[in-house]
Amino acid sequence: MIDTVLFYAFALLVLGGGLATITLRNAVHCAIALIVSLLGVAGLYLLQQAEFLFAVQIVLYVGGIMLLFLFVIMLVNLDQAARERQFNRQWVVAVTAVAVVAAEIGYFLWRGKAAFHIAENALSPASALGNTEQIADSLFSEYLLPFEIASLLLLVAVVGSVVMAKKRI
Amino acid sequence: MSQVPLSWFLVLSALLFALGVAGFLFRRNIITVFMSIELMLNAVNLSFIAFAYQHKDVSGHLFVFFVMVVAAAEAAVGLAIILTVFKNRATLNIDDISSMKD
Amino acid sequence: MQAILNSPLFIPLLLTVLIIALVPLVAGYLTLVERKVLADFQVRLGPMRVGPYGLLQPLADALKLFIKEDIIPTDADRALFWFAPMVSTLTSLTGFAVLPFTDKLYIADVNVGLLVISATSSVGILGIILGGWASNSHYSLLGALRSAAQLVSYEVALAFALLSAVMVSGTLSMQGIVKAQLAHGVWGVFANYGFMIVPFAVYLIAATAETNRAPFDLPEAESELVAGFHTEYSGFRWALYFLAEYCNMLVVCSVAVTLFWGGWLRPFPNVAWLEIPLNFAFPLIFFVGTGLACLTLVKRLIDTSQKVVLVVVALGLILTGALLTIPVVNHLMAGLFWFLLKVSAIIYVLVWFRGTFPRFRYDQLMNIGWKIAIPVGMGAVVINAVLGMVGK
Repeated sequence: MIDTVLFYAFALLVLGGGLATITLRNAVHCAIALIVSLLGVAGLYLLQQAEFLFAVQIVLYVGGIMLLFLFVIMLVNLDQAARERQFNRQWVVAVTAVAVVAAEIGYFLWRGKAAFHIAENALSPASALGNTEQIADSLFSEYLLPFEIASLLLLVAVVGSVVMAKKRI
Repeated sequence: MSQVPLSWFLVLSALLFALGVAGFLFRRNIITVFMSIELMLNAVNLSFIAFAYQHKDVSGHLFVFFVMVVAAAEAAVGLAIILTVFKNRATLNIDDISSMKD
Repeated sequence: MQAILNSPLFIPLLLTVLIIALVPLVAGYLTLVERKVLADFQVRLGPMRVGPYGLLQPLADALKLFIKEDIIPTDADRALFWFAPMVSTLTSLTGFAVLPFTDKLYIADVNVGLLVISATSSVGILGIILGGWASNSHYSLLGALRSAAQLVSYEVALAFALLSAVMVSGTLSMQGIVKAQLAHGVWGVFANYGFMIVPFAVYLIAATAETNRAPFDLPEAESELVAGFHTEYSGFRWALYFLAEYCNMLVVCSVAVTLFWGGWLRPFPNVAWLEIPLNFAFPLIFFVGTGLACLTLVKRLIDTSQKVVLVVVALGLILTGALLTIPVVNHLMAGLFWFLLKVSAIIYVLVWFRGTFPRFRYDQLMNIGWKIAIPVGMGAVVINAVLGMVGK
């Protein structure tokens, strides 16, 4: 019962935030709407017993990425951009296409929902070992190579952004 | 134990993804376009987590973790590109940044 | 009635209400302590007029802030201007939800407790940057951008220092961290052959920067940026920022105590015979001694009402000391006494920093963050991992 209520509350945050993100005029307001949406997603993670990713979502997305967005928005002067027309000319086509895609995905998921009930009453591993420990075990054994590649990717991103942002190195 | 069916999460994820696609297609401000990409990534993450919970398997969590790493790298590089573009052209309208096309 | 008392929600709800009610008061008195200690460093008296020796000064300050005119700049983004201070205050108050005051007094024992605290502090930055932007003033915007850059930089160093401590205790739950220190028999800072003092030093530096305190208080450097991100704020909204800052200070010091200084544990937690001298005699001497010291000051006062206030305060302190000798009360409250005593000690150190070091220049601040604190923190993680393996 409480889960359902929480699901609806977080879903409202996610969808409302998402809708505001793509419709608001001012880029700072868009960023705040996106933050609301991301916090809703974090809440849904918590509902699905992914408490480690809940914290990472907030620290990384809200505290890191969105802060970077706000930083850039404040560095570039957007007064003029806010007064311009916000949408492309082909927006009617785009809205129709998106609505059709959304309806299609939603419909097929709804129709096939019986197929998605997998292992509903299987044992819960979360009780034996915390979620964080499980992730760490998996990350440093099974997924060690992707982990190392991800660290390389981050290094490349750091160097790349420094090269681009600096006039003279 | 969550009583919410998996399909609800997937529908929510689909709707969020559609919102992201919509924003990506018809916004003109490059920063907002970028934010729409983050929306789409989050929609995908949400369905990963929902499946991970149903399957009682943390592999889904790890995929989400890697998606977040990629998103962070993408944000750093992408915003550096945006800053450079703004420095050179003084606009953030993607319709005006089309010199590669001409 | 009994059902309410035994409910698992009783202590968390009571504590939540108490914290929301008491933290503003504690924050107010922290300002008084800070002003008095700084005054002492500079051979001044500090606030002396309101109440005996300035004891009621925070109440006067609060009253002033409440009745001050609330100014919103003409071109400000009104909704954000209204919203931003609340973000700061709410996130810093949320941090208290996972703090382990004692083994029984806590609101929630989350198994990612430490991550929750870093999450709240990273959301708190948004309050600063949005407030700075919404004011629509160059001083505010520059202050906010500086502040965001500083907080993001030092968050990395802070995370490395926390990582060392987490490796020693092997859990992210705040209760679990203190219990691990009890099991090891030493406070975290003395673990790994005493090497943990290095991460603690990194933590203290990064925490000073995270709470925007001198010598890292560039975001609100009065002489350079007027008052930083809260230049345009006044009255109650400004008070919210102020409250958030002092709450953050309390949370950061509590985390330091939990991770490095044994939380609610007394010194030598595994030596049973020290129970009587440390848990009974020490608090008694501490409170009664302070109370008697207050009483000796009474006769220097001239005003009768001020004399009455000071006598009441002194009797309150002596009564607290006496109450702590009752075994039942002592059993419940000795942990809280030690926790708060250690938190106060670290707060004193932060005030000491402010009284001692001159403010850093912006490039010096970034250099310290990126070229000293982060590499040292990173190295400390590696060395602690090796030492932890050797210890096993």
